[in-house]
Amino acid sequence: MPAKSYTLPGLIIAGFICLFVAASVSALLFYSPGFNPALLWQDAYYRHVTKFSFYQAFLSTILSVGLAIPVAHALSRRHFFGKSFLLKLFATTLVLPVLVGVFGLLSVYGNSGLIAQLLAMIDQTLPFSIYGLNGILLAHVFFNLPFAARLLLQSLHSIPSEHHQLSSHLGISHWNKFKLIEWPCLRQQLPHVCGLVFMLCFTSFATVMALGGGPKATTIELAIYQAIKFDFDLQAGALLALWQILLCGSLAIGIQRFSRPVPLSNTAGKQSLYLFNDNRAAKIWDSLWISLVLFLVIPPLLMIVINGLNAKFMSVISSTSFWDALQNSFLVAIFAAFIALFAGFFMLLTSRSWRLVGIDFKADQLELIATIILVTPGLVISTGLFLLLRNITDVFSFAIVIVIAVNALMALPYVIKTLAQPMLQVAQQYDRLCESLGVFGFSRFYLIEWRAIKRPIIHAFSISFVLSMGDLSAIALFGSQDLRTLPLYLLQLLGSYQMESAAVVSLFLFILSIGIFSAVEQISSKNKIY
Amino acid sequence: MKKIIPLMALSVIISMPVLAEKLVVYTYDSFASDWGPGPKVKQAFEKNCACSLEFVALDDGVSILNRLRLEGKNTKADVLLGLDNNLMTEAKKTGLLAKHKVDTSKVILADGWSNNTFVPFDYGYFSFVYNKETLSNPPESLKELVEQRQDINVIYQDPRTSTPGLGLMLWMKWVYGDQADDAWKKLAQKTVTVTKGWSEAYSMFLKGEADMVLSYSTSPAYHIIAEGKNQYAAANFSEGNYTQVEVAAKVKSSKNEKLADEFMAFIVSDEFQSLMPTGNWMYPVTDVALPEGFKKLTIPSRSFSFTAEKVDNNRKAWIREWQSSLIY
Repeated sequence: MPAKSYTLPGLIIAGFICLFVAASVSALLFYSPGFNPALLWQDAYYRHVTKFSFYQAFLSTILSVGLAIPVAHALSRRHFFGKSFLLKLFATTLVLPVLVGVFGLLSVYGNSGLIAQLLAMIDQTLPFSIYGLNGILLAHVFFNLPFAARLLLQSLHSIPSEHHQLSSHLGISHWNKFKLIEWPCLRQQLPHVCGLVFMLCFTSFATVMALGGGPKATTIELAIYQAIKFDFDLQAGALLALWQILLCGSLAIGIQRFSRPVPLSNTAGKQSLYLFNDNRAAKIWDSLWISLVLFLVIPPLLMIVINGLNAKFMSVISSTSFWDALQNSFLVAIFAAFIALFAGFFMLLTSRSWRLVGIDFKADQLELIATIILVTPGLVISTGLFLLLRNITDVFSFAIVIVIAVNALMALPYVIKTLAQPMLQVAQQYDRLCESLGVFGFSRFYLIEWRAIKRPIIHAFSISFVLSMGDLSAIALFGSQDLRTLPLYLLQLLGSYQMESAAVVSLFLFILSIGIFSAVEQISSKNKIY
Repeated sequence: MKKIIPLMALSVIISMPVLAEKLVVYTYDSFASDWGPGPKVKQAFEKNCACSLEFVALDDGVSILNRLRLEGKNTKADVLLGLDNNLMTEAKKTGLLAKHKVDTSKVILADGWSNNTFVPFDYGYFSFVYNKETLSNPPESLKELVEQRQDINVIYQDPRTSTPGLGLMLWMKWVYGDQADDAWKKLAQKTVTVTKGWSEAYSMFLKGEADMVLSYSTSPAYHIIAEGKNQYAAANFSEGNYTQVEVAAKVKSSKNEKLADEFMAFIVSDEFQSLMPTGNWMYPVTDVALPEGFKKLTIPSRSFSFTAEKVDNNRKAWIREWQSSLIY
């Protein structure tokens, strides 16, 4: 059976991923002899860190999703100039490098940010500090509200237009319509959205590092980093890393059980408008929420651009450390994206050939391996690898390879998610044809897959590229003077309070990631073939 | 795949160190920066050695030790410059440092110098620095600052990464003993932020983010000499100030042992020492002439420090005490 020949590379890659993860987890176990979770409860500091991780994730989820509901609702029934642009902007907050977003927030809400400057004009001082829990929550809402709103908007769009017509005929009130029609539809999607946002906030690293980090505002993810880098307490680092795997694993299983994910398509916003009994109060209500989200999302992004064009611009772009960081970022992003795409493609070849002969169970499991990184955060993997390799060699001298590997692994779930469906469809359509014509191997890929699903492939590549470009959690442990990527360079500039230089680097990273992401999307949508 | 493997291999090769007569010195960022003593030290040393001296700048003093421990035997460092008297025992215990061959008889520290692993390169007293124009009545003791002054906010450094931060922790311990956790809680209420390193904290203070910053009694000299500004002063606390001696050590795994020895000897030379007062803004450890501005500085009425052994035995527990009292 020719299909057999496709399964081997995918299996090898899956085996390799398992080995990779198992090796780093066993290194963690080796460094925490007698894994003693009780210590996590006996020690006041660990207890606090665990509590804080849950607490901030809980509040962030409530705020992001709670606010996303009225925003999504308002967006679903209003049409206005720039709405499609706004929705595109919403999509980018997921790929926006975290530190760039944080920088944007700092330049609006920070001690010398826009608001503080405006207040200074009327001799007032900023009534809040962006550092600590406030800032962490603000940043998490900034990143996750648009994401949650997009998901919820999509489920609102799935309401059949007949329902809208009927409620319009019956003249039921807005509140009743929400209660009877829209809420039940949102409620189905809510557990999934909440679960996703909770996981993202729970494992948040760069945000907490930049805005918290003191003993009071530290998450488990950050505590792992600090234990190793600040205290050289490898045992505590390993213990916390295992604890994080345990918690994330149980959370992921919990989310899986209580929610039915609705796949996110790119059609949000293209839905036509429906009829409803409009009135003034409803108009005011909706514009209130839409302006709220505009005020949340637009100023920080705008400030990144405005602040980036400052007096330090030339001195930053003429410094070698900037170019080195840029070069490293490109190296990491290109290799990580290629490896992720390559690994994802071959794993999907295997899983789809199983699916075609009806062994879905095995195919599901294989794809689960590819998404293993979702329960073992990147920092945990890199911590494990670090501990594993430090006795063998000088970890710092080939840090870039580890960073690429970890980033590739982190991008893999996105590749799988993007390509799984299209690849299966291609196989269903063309497998028989290819077999009868004897088209195999690379020519099959070039003649069939590449032509048919070029767009998802490019999308998968660009999302992996941009995520790796903006990632901080893999580089954090291994970064040094010799190896800096743009996000790490930005963190160091922010850390040493060189706000002007940080602004320039932010702008570059912003343009590179968002620019590349939207340009690729734009080009590939023009050349749409299938 | 065929194309990826050579490229990956290439990137490994690129990131490997170049083999040449190069001395690698790990230090903290303010030492290596353009406005620190680093560039002048580099120039002076390279003049006589036909080699190149490379500074690797880390966040702060404790980070130097952490980095060495992370890298272990495979470290690229030949010399560590910027540990201090508090960290000596702990650093020595790593087994990664070598004995020096430097004659330290010229050292003029109060108790002389007899350590055979570490060579002192400067010393000073930890102090809270303030702006006389904005703070007219500075606290006169650590206890006054911690317990009574609700009108003052401070910035200090993380004891896990920074030697001044560690110094404050020990200072608090010296003054408060078993009541230190209570004192930390009180100090937390007036803390703007805890930074990773000294330079970050000091630049935040200069931008007006806090009334006082943990620094050195010699810091005002920088403003007097380099900027001609007289408004900055170091508070003189009645309990006394904690003393810091900054030290350097040679790394055992160094492949440039001869060069490392030369550099260690260079540290106590007049040329290096006379760069300390106006470069690192600390007191030199040998009898070189002090610039005029240093005479305007107040010298703390009392000074003290724990032994390195005492710090080594307690550092972890005391850091945990600091951490735990900050979370409530």
